Amino acid sequence: MTHAAAAAHSAHDDTHGHPPTSTGLDNKKIAVWAFIGSECMLFASLISTYLIYKGRSVVGPYPHETCLPPTCSTPLKAILNIPVTSASTFVLLMSSLAMVLALAAVENKDQPKRTTGERILGSSKLWLWMTALLGATFLGFQAFEFTSFVHEGLTIRTNLFGSSFFTLTGFHGAHVTAGVLWLLTLLAIDYRRGLGPKDAVNVDIAALYWHFVDVVWIAIFTLVYLIK
Amino acid sequence: MAHDPKHEEHHANVDHAAMGIEHEHPTWSTYWKVATILTLITVVEVWIYYVPAIVASRAFVPMLLIMSAVKFFIVVAFYMHLRYDHKLFRALFTAPLIIAMTTIVALMFLFGKLSARVGALN
Repeated sequence: MTHAAAAAHSAHDDTHGHPPTSTGLDNKKIAVWAFIGSECMLFASLISTYLIYKGRSVVGPYPHETCLPPTCSTPLKAILNIPVTSASTFVLLMSSLAMVLALAAVENKDQPKRTTGERILGSSKLWLWMTALLGATFLGFQAFEFTSFVHEGLTIRTNLFGSSFFTLTGFHGAHVTAGVLWLLTLLAIDYRRGLGPKDAVNVDIAALYWHFVDVVWIAIFTLVYLIK
Repeated sequence: MAHDPKHEEHHANVDHAAMGIEHEHPTWSTYWKVATILTLITVVEVWIYYVPAIVASRAFVPMLLIMSAVKFFIVVAFYMHLRYDHKLFRALFTAPLIIAMTTIVALMFLFGKLSARVGALN
């Protein structure tokens, strides 16, 4: 076999039996970046809607303290629970760390693991489990928050704040749920036949989606929860 | 965690370029450092939320927006590897992001949210 033929054969093998693409890039990765780009615009529209309606609710509950004694006889208490949301934000940030470690473990599966540290860092199952569990924990925090809001009288139909808040955070929660299910399918594959360097691109696109969900939450946390 | 730094680099025996995966990768220690920085920024964000003097100042909202933007950039650059990745991926992400940001700002002006704020500053 000539050098050129051997190189072509090698590239063919490395792209899962598919011929090389015209861009030289994996089509799945191009597709996921295009999808993430479209998701940016979806969340921009939801965030815009929230910001436009912010402060225009004619009845409570309100997100932040709007009036406290002695200015008002009855205090209008804030409904947003910043400590709980800060904890859930931390959980989601740590899930992103677990996800990059999962991808690194898959890419380096063939590397020899000499020390305990290398074995821990090289366990794709451990990091995929960790990411899925942290994602599920975030969803648990969100379920707690939604339930407590409903108990305090805020539903999606109560006021403009309720409508825009539940729509925005609900869409984000649905994306996290999809991400957790995606991670669980990767885990199932890992248990069945093991994920290796050849699967790196499949794990990479799942990781890109997961990190995107994280960056959307970074924006939501600041714009919805912290800015009064 | 003690391990050979040589093995921190990702050297998977696969043709990364052919798969759209960048050659240069952050190391495991970079990932941990990034996580620490993200956590610290989040702690500062929450801390300033509870300081009435900062909340009352004009710097409160810009400070939060800057910190949020830094976190956003760090995750995209290091965790999503966009800093090391192909320019086509960068374009596919940044072009819609610019459109999205412009849309938010335009809508804020259209509905009088930002014009009121700019007017108050003048």
